[in-house]
Parts: sequence; structure tokens; C-alpha cells
Amino acid sequence: MDIQEYFSLVFSDYTLRTITLGTAILGAVTGMLGSFAVLRKQSLLGDAISHAALPGIAIAFLITGSKDSNTLLLGALVSGLIGTFWIRGIITKTHLKSDTALGLILSLFFGFGMLLLTFIQKQPNANQAGLDKYLFGQAATLVESDVWMMAIVTGICLFVLLLFWKEFKILLFDKDYAKTLGFNTKAIDILITSFIVLAIVLGLQTVGVVLMSAMLLAPAAAARQWTNSLGTMVFLAAIFGAFSGVFGTAISASQNNLSTGPVIVLVASFFVLISFIFSPSRGLLFKKIRFIKNRRDLELHKTLAFMYHIAETHDNISHPHEIKILNNFHGFTRATLNKLVGKNYVTLQGTTWCLTKEGFESAANLYNQLNRNDE
Amino acid sequence: MTKIAVQVDDLTVAYNYKPVLWDIDLEIPEGVLMAIVGPNGAGKSTLIKSILGILKPIAGSVTIYGKSYDKQRSLVAYVPQKGSVDWDFPTTALDVVTMGTYGSLGWIKRPRQKQKKVALEALEKVGMLAFKSRQISQLSGGQQQRIFLARALVQDASIYFMDEPFQGVDATTEIAIINILKELRKAGKTVIVVHHDLQTVPEYFDWVTFLNVKKIATGPVKDIFNDDNLTKTYGINYKVSIQK
Repeated sequence: MDIQEYFSLVFSDYTLRTITLGTAILGAVTGMLGSFAVLRKQSLLGDAISHAALPGIAIAFLITGSKDSNTLLLGALVSGLIGTFWIRGIITKTHLKSDTALGLILSLFFGFGMLLLTFIQKQPNANQAGLDKYLFGQAATLVESDVWMMAIVTGICLFVLLLFWKEFKILLFDKDYAKTLGFNTKAIDILITSFIVLAIVLGLQTVGVVLMSAMLLAPAAAARQWTNSLGTMVFLAAIFGAFSGVFGTAISASQNNLSTGPVIVLVASFFVLISFIFSPSRGLLFKKIRFIKNRRDLELHKTLAFMYHIAETHDNISHPHEIKILNNFHGFTRATLNKLVGKNYVTLQGTTWCLTKEGFESAANLYNQLNRNDE
Repeated sequence: MTKIAVQVDDLTVAYNYKPVLWDIDLEIPEGVLMAIVGPNGAGKSTLIKSILGILKPIAGSVTIYGKSYDKQRSLVAYVPQKGSVDWDFPTTALDVVTMGTYGSLGWIKRPRQKQKKVALEALEKVGMLAFKSRQISQLSGGQQQRIFLARALVQDASIYFMDEPFQGVDATTEIAIINILKELRKAGKTVIVVHHDLQTVPEYFDWVTFLNVKKIATGPVKDIFNDDNLTKTYGINYKVSIQK
């Protein structure tokens, strides 16, 4: 199946539609919430939470013996929340920094989860196979009820986000100030963290424990490059996330043996790469272009200003000069002089260069401007 | 007799085991423009944060016009240290100033035209109206400080707490800020400022508190701003060559 075939099938084929819808919704909700995680500088929290969810999956299976995804994800939710609040606890109650707390909880829970998984695999129970799919995710196992679940959670999340938009914003920007205004910052904090945990747990089935944090971070990091408004950033992150889901699913469905989760993550990372390079205000490309342009302008101004200074000491402003005399800079004089000729600020007469009246006036203007700025 | 705007009793605050503030008693009369001075680590910011309920004291109590802070929030505005937030946050100058209205709005309600108008007025007062749509990371340090000041002005409070509003700002901004503070005092407001530049204390302020973990002295600048208190506070033999 090639990509074209995929897009013609996506509306008619049940399985394909379910998976595409699921990954799109998942991408949107994680992108949205990921913006908050990124802006709070809690990018790694997502990684810790997703790893912390693993033992919950195993324990839920051990208790119920069921492989129903909702049951297992409920277990993941519980252990993800426990992990998160332990992290908070460690940060507030001890001298440890947040990266240490995150690393500790991540490895502790993940290690415990792996231990339980191997223990389960040794059990003489035919039902145990397939739990390890939560490590890397398996989008193909998504069924309609999973997608419904995701849609409902996303809906609630969106509702809460819109309802408490102002509170979230002020918590993210200036927590102490929010506190003095009388907002219960702890409650807002817990609310938002809980939603992040929920979104991560939802994605475990599709993307898996190991790569889940990328779903949280990549769309948000990409979105940040394009906008200076929180609302737009959250919206863009949702869009990027959703498209990562759709394209990731399309690519993995059209090639054999390409696992969906990692492809989605790669597509999301591609969005990040493009954004880093091509965003107009923050992108590397335009930054470089602006840098080069500014430097050229400055070189022009410097050369012009220098000629202006000499001109002031001569009766004739267009007194011709050898390049030797003008070349007091570092090798850019000839090029800039040629550019100034192009602007009619300077004329070339044989081997000597003369300032024109136009150039003199322009330099005088420039000079006055600089002096004004100094005041 | 003037009313007491802020009263602090037996306030003790500690980070971990080390006390940062020890048994502070402080009365701030209404309508003063007060500097809190003291060396680094003297607990100046901590004092403000404890009064505002951001930090939890080990012991002691704070009252604003005789009642607990929780009941008097609307009377108090706060200007945090500029460095306490991430200025790369995706938002505009106007948006930050509008945050000053969030307290009176309460939960869930969004700022509307009325709030926006108040914010624009505050921006104009600090001379930043032209920058209202500017992304906050593209503002200079002095401009960022003015934005914070405007945000507090929006709260239309009776008592203003400011944590080093002059830190890292140029002379123009410093004069602009102090003029606004003096205007506030003229309007009968109480303004409490954590301040570092001892040279400007007599010129800017009429009230001063010397702090170094313990309260050294508090009172009118003309009475207590002297070498003796400075020496007690800063621990070295401090000679001020300040023209009073």
C-alpha cells in the first residue's frame, strides 16, 4: 500500500480510520498539554511519568488477569500519578534538584515495571503475552472504544483548559504573583499536572512508555518557534501533534514492518527540525540572514561615515580618494565601496573614489541619528 | 495618629534550619515610602514574601490594616524581582499588565474591555504604551521593570510591595519609577521597597527599615539613617558621605 492508497482507504477502512483518528487525537491532546510542560521547564516530567506508569500496567494485569486496555491504563494512571507526586514530594521536601528527582523516580519505577514484566512472562499463563507492547506501543491494537476514550478525555481537557485559561497562564508565567492575587496555585498546579499524566497514559498503548515524552515535547517545541502568543502556541502544538499522528500512521501503514509509534515520533521531530530552521522570528535560517544583512548595513554605514569624516576636512565633498586611504577596515572596503556606488552615494573615477552630494547628505543624516540615540 | 498599614509581630522564617528572619516586629505607618535595606542574605525579599504569604513563616503573624492578609488581598499589590520570571514566555506587554486585574476578576472570569482599558492606562503611566504589543523578551531590562510596575498599578492597591525595582535599570527608568512611587505616596498609598543603593535612600524615601536577619531599626529617614545604624546592619564600620 502506498501513501495515496492509504489516504483513499482511510475514510472507508475501519481499522485504518480508527488508528488514524486515535493517533490524531492523541497528538492533539499531548501537543496541547505539552506546551504547558515545556513552558514550565518540566519537559522531562513527561518522560518520568510515562516510565512511572509501567509498573501500574503490570500490577493491573496481575490483579485482574485481564488485558483489556482500559483496565491496564487505569493501573498506569494510578502509578503515573503516584510517581508524579513522589517527584513533587522529593523536590519540595529534600534538597535534591528536580532533574535528580525525575531521574530517580523514572529509573526506580521503570526498573520495578521491567521486573514485574519479566515475572509475568515466566508465569504459566497463555494470556500473558503482549504486555510488552506497552514499552514501544502498538497503534494497531487501537479499537473504537479506545478512540472514544481519547476523544472524551481530550474534550474534558479542552474544556478545563478554556475554563481556567487565565489561571493556567498566570501560574506558568509568575506563580508567586498569582499566589498574592489569591489564586490557589497548588490546586491549579495539581490540575494541570494531572491532565499531563492523563494524556501520557492515554498514549502508552499507541506510542509506548519509552517514546511517549517526545509526543509531549516535540509539537510544543515546534509550536514555540512560530508564535509569541500562548494561545497560538497551544493551538499550533495541537495541530502539529495531530498531523504527526496522521502522517506517522500513514507512513507506517504504507510500509511494511514500520512500527507506528516511533514513526509518529520521527514525524513530530521533523516538525521540530523544520521549525528550528525556518521559523521567521526565531528560526536559525532567518536569524543568520538577518545577521548577515545587519552586518552588511553596518559595513556600509561605517565606510560612508568614514568618507563623511574626511569630506568634512576638505573643501570639496567629492574629493577623490585612493582605496588605500579608505581601507582602514578589515578587507570589506572595496566591496562596500562598490555597493555604495550602486546606491549613488559614491562614484568611482579611475582608481579613486569620490563621495557624492547624495552620499554626503545621507551620511550626515546617519550621523545625526547616531548622536540622537546616544542622548 | 496615623494608621498602621502593615503590622508584623514576632515573625521568624527559616529555610531548612537556618533562620533567615529572626523575631521581626515591624509597624509600617500608612502613607510612607519606605526602603528596606540590608546586606545580601539579610532577608529583605524574604520579609516581603512572608508578609504576602508566598513563604510560610515558622512563627509570627502579619496584619494589613488590622486584619489578616487573606482578607485584605485587594489592598495589596506586589512587584516581584524582575529575574523571578522567564521573560521568554510567549506573551505581550499588555497581556502581562492585564494580569494585574486577575485578582479582582477571581476564578474563571476573563478580562474584558474594562480590564484592558485599565491595563492600557497603567502602561501609559509608566511610559510603555508604545510597547503594548511587544513580545516581553524583546523589552529591555528597564522596560520589563516598568511592565511589572504597571501590572501592580493596575491592582489599584493601598499598599505596594516592590522587590528591588531599581535593579539593573538605567537612570532614565530609575527616575521614571521613583516619580511614580512618589506619586503613589502623594495619593496616600503606602509603598515598601527592597532597596540596594544606600546613596539614594535619603533622596527617594522618607522611611527606612534596617534589616539583617533581625530588625536593626525602623523609622523616618531623617532620624535613623545614620552611620551608627548602617554599621550595625552591614557589620563594617560604615561611613556614609551622604549629603542630607
